[in-house]
Amino acid sequence: MSQNPKHVLDHFNLFREPEYVEMFENKKKNFENPHPEDEVSRIIEWTKTEEYKELNFSRDSLTVNPAKACQPLGAVFLALGFENTLPFVHGSQGCVAYYRSHLSRHFKEPTSCVSSSMTEDAAVFGGLNNMIDGLANAYAMYKPKMIAVSTTCMAEVIGDDLNAFIKTSKEKGSVPEEYDVPFAHTPAFVGSHITGYDNALKGIMEHFWAKKERTENETINIVMGFDGYAVGNIRELKRVLKEMGIKAIILSDTSDVFDTPTDGTFRMYMGGTTLEEAREALNSKATLSFQEFNTPKSLEYAKTLGQKTMAFQYPIGVRATDRWLMALSELTGKEIPESIKLERGRLVDAVADSTSHIHGKKFALYGDPDQMLGLTEFLMELGAEPVHVLATNGGKDWEEKMNALFATSPFGTGCHAYPGRDLWHLRSLLFTEPVDFLIGNTYGKYLERDTGTPLLRIGFPIFDRHHHHRYPTVGYQGAMNVLVKILDKIFDEIDKNTNVPSKTDYSYDIIR
Amino acid sequence: MRQIAFYGKGGIGKSTTSQNTLAALSEMGKKILIVGCDPKADSTRLILHEKAQNTVLSLAAEAGTVEDLEIEDVMKTGFRDIRCVESGGPEPGVGCAGRGVITSINFLEENGAYEGVDYVSYDVLGDVVCGGFAMPIRENKAQEIYIVTSGEMMAMYAANNIAKGILKYANSGGVRLGGLVCNERQTDREYDLIEALAKRLNTQLIHFVPRNNIVQHAELRRMTVLEFAPESSQAEEYRQLAKKIDANAGKGTIPTPITMDDLEELLMDFGIMKSVDESLIGKKVDEVAIA
Repeated sequence: MSQNPKHVLDHFNLFREPEYVEMFENKKKNFENPHPEDEVSRIIEWTKTEEYKELNFSRDSLTVNPAKACQPLGAVFLALGFENTLPFVHGSQGCVAYYRSHLSRHFKEPTSCVSSSMTEDAAVFGGLNNMIDGLANAYAMYKPKMIAVSTTCMAEVIGDDLNAFIKTSKEKGSVPEEYDVPFAHTPAFVGSHITGYDNALKGIMEHFWAKKERTENETINIVMGFDGYAVGNIRELKRVLKEMGIKAIILSDTSDVFDTPTDGTFRMYMGGTTLEEAREALNSKATLSFQEFNTPKSLEYAKTLGQKTMAFQYPIGVRATDRWLMALSELTGKEIPESIKLERGRLVDAVADSTSHIHGKKFALYGDPDQMLGLTEFLMELGAEPVHVLATNGGKDWEEKMNALFATSPFGTGCHAYPGRDLWHLRSLLFTEPVDFLIGNTYGKYLERDTGTPLLRIGFPIFDRHHHHRYPTVGYQGAMNVLVKILDKIFDEIDKNTNVPSKTDYSYDIIR
Repeated sequence: MRQIAFYGKGGIGKSTTSQNTLAALSEMGKKILIVGCDPKADSTRLILHEKAQNTVLSLAAEAGTVEDLEIEDVMKTGFRDIRCVESGGPEPGVGCAGRGVITSINFLEENGAYEGVDYVSYDVLGDVVCGGFAMPIRENKAQEIYIVTSGEMMAMYAANNIAKGILKYANSGGVRLGGLVCNERQTDREYDLIEALAKRLNTQLIHFVPRNNIVQHAELRRMTVLEFAPESSQAEEYRQLAKKIDANAGKGTIPTPITMDDLEELLMDFGIMKSVDESLIGKKVDEVAIA
């Protein structure tokens, strides 16, 4: 008996007991028809070579571990940022289970989202009845103020027309005629979660803004884009806006819904952009996006209605923060207050204090296109070299932007952007052109294990570290957090490599 | 800009009728874009004098994604500067052609293919067989649908089915039935029959295109009659149809499709079908004496 009820072993330890070790060995030997050990290790070594990298990069019909998710995930995330809004995905249940679990595993919060539960009959006859019943049920059961509809692959392949379906559902009395049901077609086999975010945002804008009279006021709309740090970042942004005295509407404010308190009350919905604000946002003088590649169609739409538009690329760091603060100041005529200038000074001071440890360190990073641009700029600001920068959902235009960014700093020399590549490509790069650190999401832990490159967890999703989404990455405070994350990892690595007394540790350093 | 679409049973002469009519419309000074929504990609053959080789979907499949395509790659200009795009699609037996239509139309809209044209015309295969083939009749797409039919029962049956598809979208959106175009097959009392059908469907027989072998001659040369024999009487027929379509803007109706029984009744009314003697149904030739 390897388990003892008084001291139950977790499977980590249980499976290391001799009877399990033996069982696994026998299973492999008798049932798995394994290749000889030396052949396996020969192949593993071969996958680390330049020759394999060449083959890997010429691969054209296979993707291994793409660093992106699908459109409806972004659409659901966007919808959750509106007051009492229930995201409704027209399609099959399993897809929605994925969006919910993906967001919940990252934010450690329940994610409210429903599907129209399409099955085989809906695939054959169309999903109209699912829409009619689904809207009626969602409306009656969960009492949302708004239901935001998006689609999965299945509904898109059979060509369900949301506009017509929602109108018909209203005629059939699923929800009242004047009830808000914005929608967006979000085929999961096109683009990525950031495309879905854009489509869903445009859907909501069109729902509230189309055919309405616009009277411009002084308000600024701000869109943050798909962001694993939404909770911290939106709160930080609000703080800065308050300090500056700027009236702004954050279009999709997910800061509260992904951070509900435990106080005895379950909140299915919390916070969010109010529907009144969403309606009112038409009159704002400008719409600013913090993630350009998350919002092309939405900004284009805002522009056609006469708003000024401006886009940043996940601004992290001193210069990037300067830019959006100055842009806000210019747009609104509000001065940047002394308190924020002091924050900037403190960040610059912190960077200066630590620069000797970061200078010249080589990084590989992967994630969404805007986040890569933001992080790359900050790394170069710190004197680090962002050698490999990869975005599976980045395109040619992203690559051009990256190359232009590399060219602005001597630390960008010899650095490369990899649009459309996946984590298996990155694995090759980490072997053939090794770096000191890897920045990425939780899935990077397997690259860390494979290549020995220490992983710094910045991105989405992060399932295996808790609560980082509460701390901002944008603004001077956000840059400070990112700086500390980077430094902690650098120092942990130094300590790891210098902790055998008089073998690797000669001077018993406690100061770094 | 007006958007129209041609639907009809396979082989009824949709592509021929639409291309000839659009060529006539362009004679009237209209700038035209044809969007072929048939995987066979032959909706623009007479205008381009060749079957379009570079369809949106074939190039997208090559490039890996439709996002990497440029509009110039797929848009060709043919007779009288008519712009032509073929959606293309999978080989018979595989894939999903309907999704292809959605992908193509989205691509064209997003990349400015519709800029500066007076008419966008969709040529859609057969029946409205799935949501994808209904794409051209969605909100903000085609305003009027023209159904090409003939006096043959199955063509009428298909026309009625298409009317059902239009009705579904007409209730919640702006799409309307513009009329029936009868492409003459020289069946009995064809004109009267289609006119009656049109009435039952709450629409009009917008034009009766007589059968003329010159169409065949033009087709063999991969040309429209308007180009091949502009002086012919047949070219004049297409010009008339074009004029009628041009004047038909905003006059489309919500169709009232009929049942199969109604359709059979209609055929009986015109003496094309004798009243159904139930005892004959399912009997072979040698089992009943043919009158």
